Amino acid sequence: MRLPRLLRQLMHRRIVMLSAFVLIVIAVLALGAPWFASADPNDTAVLDRLKGPSAEHLLGTDELGRDMYSRIVHGARYSLTIAALTALGSVIAGTALGLVAGFFRRLDAPLMRVVDAMMSFPDILLAIALVAILGPSLLNVVLALVLVYTPRVARVVRASTLVVRELLFVEAVRALGVRTSRILWRHILPNLLSPILVQVSFIFAYAILAEAGLSFLGVGVPPEIPTWGTMVAGSQQYADKAFWVVLFPGLAIIFTALSLQILGDGVRDLLDPKLKKTL
Amino acid sequence: MSGPTPVYRYLASRIAGMLMVMALVAVIVFVLTRAASGDPVSVLLGDQATADDIARVKKDYGLDKPLPVQFGYWLREVVQGNLGQSIFLQRPVTQALWERAEPTTLLALMAVAIAAAIGIPCGIVSAVYRGRWVDQLFTGIAMLGASIPSFWFGIVLIQLFAVSLGWFPVSGYGAPGAPITERLHALMLPAAVLGVLNSALIIRFTRASMLDVLGEDYVRTARSKGLSESSVVLKHALRNALVPIVTVLGLTVALMIGGAVVTETVFGLPGIGNLVVSAVLRRDYPVIQGALLVVAAIYVLINFSIDLLYVAVDPRVKL
Repeated sequence: MRLPRLLRQLMHRRIVMLSAFVLIVIAVLALGAPWFASADPNDTAVLDRLKGPSAEHLLGTDELGRDMYSRIVHGARYSLTIAALTALGSVIAGTALGLVAGFFRRLDAPLMRVVDAMMSFPDILLAIALVAILGPSLLNVVLALVLVYTPRVARVVRASTLVVRELLFVEAVRALGVRTSRILWRHILPNLLSPILVQVSFIFAYAILAEAGLSFLGVGVPPEIPTWGTMVAGSQQYADKAFWVVLFPGLAIIFTALSLQILGDGVRDLLDPKLKKTL
Repeated sequence: MSGPTPVYRYLASRIAGMLMVMALVAVIVFVLTRAASGDPVSVLLGDQATADDIARVKKDYGLDKPLPVQFGYWLREVVQGNLGQSIFLQRPVTQALWERAEPTTLLALMAVAIAAAIGIPCGIVSAVYRGRWVDQLFTGIAMLGASIPSFWFGIVLIQLFAVSLGWFPVSGYGAPGAPITERLHALMLPAAVLGVLNSALIIRFTRASMLDVLGEDYVRTARSKGLSESSVVLKHALRNALVPIVTVLGLTVALMIGGAVVTETVFGLPGIGNLVVSAVLRRDYPVIQGALLVVAAIYVLINFSIDLLYVAVDPRVKL
């Protein structure tokens, strides 16, 4: 399916449009964090510790008196950047791997056994081990998550490649003597765009959750960087006195991940003819 | 057509494939843990250690040999069931893992039971009333469940049911030597967290699997025989739809062994995930290595057993 037509059809679905709107708002807040934030996210104020939501502090303050709203807006920058880079990296690597495995029969079995082996580890456990090895930093969290999600993308892309490579037009361009690299790039890849698009949105969502989990365990982003995960991790012991310190960063994660999944699901519904028939 | 030969050939190829994945898992685990830049020996011995001390301890643990040699040594021991000695816990890794196995296993089983109890009925209803409001509601709930971070849900449930209502302990796994009832009681909240969140996946799978089956000819035949709708759905369709659902349930159990790290940490459960996190923070390689290896091996074995089970129970699985 062509992209413009896909976009037009997506616009007809209210829930999909709503989640796209939510994502745009979050992205704009993140990009313009210094302007949208009402205070410096790292300004501490001992006298204003654990204050509830008010006109001055929209979402209250945390255990050091830092403004929660400003921290969530700034945290969005880090959380979204990590997730976006993870989605981008694992989709590029996974697509390359899946294309090669799906197109070249000889490489299929060995590559897929490696993918199977990588997927035998629970995601979070593998991510923890990788971050432990690479060292806790923003970039290393991204690297670890890319390694975790690449096999997943590779599997999906390989499955789709296996279908597309058998199509008549591929046989035709092959018979015309088109170079293999060109067949892959110009004829197979464009047909995989839709499943890849779905994977981008899902991995984006998973990465937001995974980064938060890693940071929560203290093996992800260094605690002094405000991400949605480090915010919950740092403040959780005050949850009984001031529920908002945990509630709001959590809601930010949930809204973002949910919107991404609705978007991905919407795209998949429109693209998967089998699903469309049954719906 | 299907004499004994294809069965054996199938079994042999499946076992070969499984062993290859296992071998790759071993290589990955070994390379990962040895690629770490930190030096466990200097961490263990502290600042006071002389170069001689470090060299001696490295020799004791075989850390002075080239990597492929170390891998060979290690694999030989692993095959014999020896995962080495924990540097910090001062005991064999197998023993450390075994001590942590109970909470993790019970947690995984309870959580999957909860996930199945929620997910299968909701998924069936969703499929039967596809496109209606119930379906949209359950599909929405499933997506919501997949968007909630487990640590956050854990903290919320602790605040509600442990701190405010006092129905469950805030954290821990009962006193040492506590009766099994107390331990199971301590596992209820964490199991609820994992079960509810994972039910999202089960709802989706049940729905998709039921939709596949409901379009089959034998379901139409059952309907045209005049069977009641509940009999068609529950007896004819569900039985056949269960095959992929059971796979997901089995794999979910496998993934929760070692994958429930965050939940175990939130609830202070002395499980395998918890062991790995503390091992990571202390750079205790043998424990990280052993845990990753065992956890992945369990996954591979469960996956393999499910495949074999299909051959045994489903006459349609052609070899």
